[in-house]
Amino acid sequence: MPEQLIWGMEVFVNGLMAGVLYALVALGFVLIFKASGIFNYAQGVMALFAALTLVGIMEGQVPFSHLINAVFGTEIHHFGWHVPAFLAIIFTMLVMIALAWAVNRFIFRHLVNQEPIILFMATIGLAYFLEGVGDVMWGSDIKKLDVGLPQGINLTIDEFTFNLFEYGFFIDNLDLWAALVAALLVIALVIFAQYSKQGRAMRAVADDHQAALSVGISLNFIWVMVWSLAGFVALVAGIMWGTKSGVQFSLSLIALKALPVLMLGGFTSIPGAIVGGLIIGVGEKLFEFIMSSDALAGQWFGFTISATENWFAYVLALLFLVFRPQGLFGEKIIERV
Amino acid sequence: MIYREAGDFKTSYVDDSQTFPIRFDRYGYYAALVVAFAIVPFVINDYWVNAVVLPFLIYAIAAIGLNILTGYCGQVSLGTGGFMAVGAYACYKLMTAFPDVSIIIHVILSGAITAAVGVLFGLPSLRIKGFYLAVATLAAQFFLVWLFNRVPWFYNYSASGQISAPEREVFGVAITGAETAPWAAYLFCLVFTVLSALIARNLTRGMVGRKWMAIRDMDIAAEIIGVNPLRAKLSAFAISSFFVGVSGALFFAVYLGAVEVGEAFGINKSFLVLFMVIIGGLGSIFGSFAGAAFLVILPVFLKIALADHAAVSPVSNALATLCLAIFGVALLLFLAHLVLRVFGRRLWKDLGALCGIVALIAFFAYALLSGGLGWPTDIVAHVQLIIVGALIIVFLVAEPHGLAQLWRVAKEKLRLWPFPH
Repeated sequence: MPEQLIWGMEVFVNGLMAGVLYALVALGFVLIFKASGIFNYAQGVMALFAALTLVGIMEGQVPFSHLINAVFGTEIHHFGWHVPAFLAIIFTMLVMIALAWAVNRFIFRHLVNQEPIILFMATIGLAYFLEGVGDVMWGSDIKKLDVGLPQGINLTIDEFTFNLFEYGFFIDNLDLWAALVAALLVIALVIFAQYSKQGRAMRAVADDHQAALSVGISLNFIWVMVWSLAGFVALVAGIMWGTKSGVQFSLSLIALKALPVLMLGGFTSIPGAIVGGLIIGVGEKLFEFIMSSDALAGQWFGFTISATENWFAYVLALLFLVFRPQGLFGEKIIERV
Repeated sequence: MIYREAGDFKTSYVDDSQTFPIRFDRYGYYAALVVAFAIVPFVINDYWVNAVVLPFLIYAIAAIGLNILTGYCGQVSLGTGGFMAVGAYACYKLMTAFPDVSIIIHVILSGAITAAVGVLFGLPSLRIKGFYLAVATLAAQFFLVWLFNRVPWFYNYSASGQISAPEREVFGVAITGAETAPWAAYLFCLVFTVLSALIARNLTRGMVGRKWMAIRDMDIAAEIIGVNPLRAKLSAFAISSFFVGVSGALFFAVYLGAVEVGEAFGINKSFLVLFMVIIGGLGSIFGSFAGAAFLVILPVFLKIALADHAAVSPVSNALATLCLAIFGVALLLFLAHLVLRVFGRRLWKDLGALCGIVALIAFFAYALLSGGLGWPTDIVAHVQLIIVGALIIVFLVAEPHGLAQLWRVAKEKLRLWPFPH
């Protein structure tokens, strides 16, 4: 078997794993969009904020310590205790629920009935605000996050593929765990939406606000619940990405990666987010692999290009949208432009 | 007395439909132009030009451009940074390829090239709209920045990957390069800004602008009454990109001189210009100026108030202490109000807003009077993020038409004063 093909297969599998992580962020978008029609640009920053809070609580950091030190000239940084990961995750979840409440209470309750694009811009404002608050609260240095997930090369796959192709694939254990967690999360969300009372109420709100109101569903409660769920998804995504590459500002940029995923998969579809994530993950890794390889693109086109991952997803989604504006699984809205 | 139409009679249609129909308004703008052209160049210094005035003028052009697309035609674009980069790189290539041609022509040509690129990326707007389009324009942003970063032809194969503006003159006065006098750069940009505002104002008043607004307000209805959506949208993309391109060219050639594309024209630049448009006022030329001024001055102000630290006189120190006391009281009242509100009670109406505003003003007065608080700059940068984010939300919630609407309301009140209605 030619070695290019084997490498390509490894890239493919790694692309699938990256796609799972994209899908994880995209899920949060879909949840909020389904229930409130808000396209939440701040989802990535919420993941960053959740990860920052988690690390801060685990390390026993004093919130706003930098600001307090600057104002009063003190030197406080840590409480001096360490919180176990499980407990810290619960505390972080409480913070995310409080955030969901505040966002609903102070922003989106006032923006009911506005155009979607206004809501979208409000979430951009929210993203900036949250990023600033997160940095002032926990400091902007790069932090290590370790909640006990296994990391490093998976030896079983390495051995198996070596026996098969005489070339061991490099698959990170963390990526496998992320795939598992994402699968569980999707199953849980689907069960929740299909079979629980609150889930049905959520779908009713998504379908028609006014009708849901008239049968006695509390819009406020549902929205806070949905934003909390999105906060939970953000927390999971933040844990995965934070463990992978450290908790830092660039974490919030994964939201930018999730946008094309959504455009591809359709804004309202949970399976769409998953499939879109996988397509984008595999597509951008394979495209980068092919276009930067001398043996492939160099021979076919006579030139190679690199660092295409920045834009490939967007251009793919853009081209796709021109032919199918609602995405792969999105609802078809009959409307002429 | 100050702002009246009384006695300002129009005797012809031309008079009635001029840009500023109220005489006082008109003379106000004339006066502003005279001051800007004839007085400011003589008093301006290097610090003011580079810290405030040049970025203000250049961002104002970009904001006008984006306002045409977003405010007038309703197509949200997040690709402004990328289009500014097109202007900058087009200007660079032209300046180095045709050194004998005047830089004025180069800047205009870069605008035209950006317009062509803008139309190209505007094509999807015929099929998709709203935030789908907003996200689609991100494709332009990332793709263009990558292109200028990766293809050596664009930066003339220079080792650093940067582009730097060679020295060029207009009427024998250096405009770009190290020898530029502050007033020359200022006047050069001012001419472009004033012309842009004039052109944009008249375009948006005329048939083209009305077509854009029809598309913005309801595209289907606009199509029925005979507006061609294809031409209206693409013309908005073209003209908007033209202004953005001009501003990108000026930003690179006159203001910065040397540019690294990912740093100068990244996604944050797109958001910055979008914020200028939102805070200033969607669909208003004046709003573009107001938004640009606000977001250019805000960081400078915050740096002076929070990050710097200077010795001050005892008098202003005493005043600062007074402001601190006012700040404390107002903050306490504000928090008390907030707590009561959460439990569904009120101290008295509007107390929260009043105390909040008083607390903010007192705090910044304290910061200024005590010569700056001397905080670390990274905290100030984050505080700036918080303020900008909060302002976006506040404006979208309370006054979706931005500073321009506040200005409009103030003028209405002045016209009626002292009568309430």
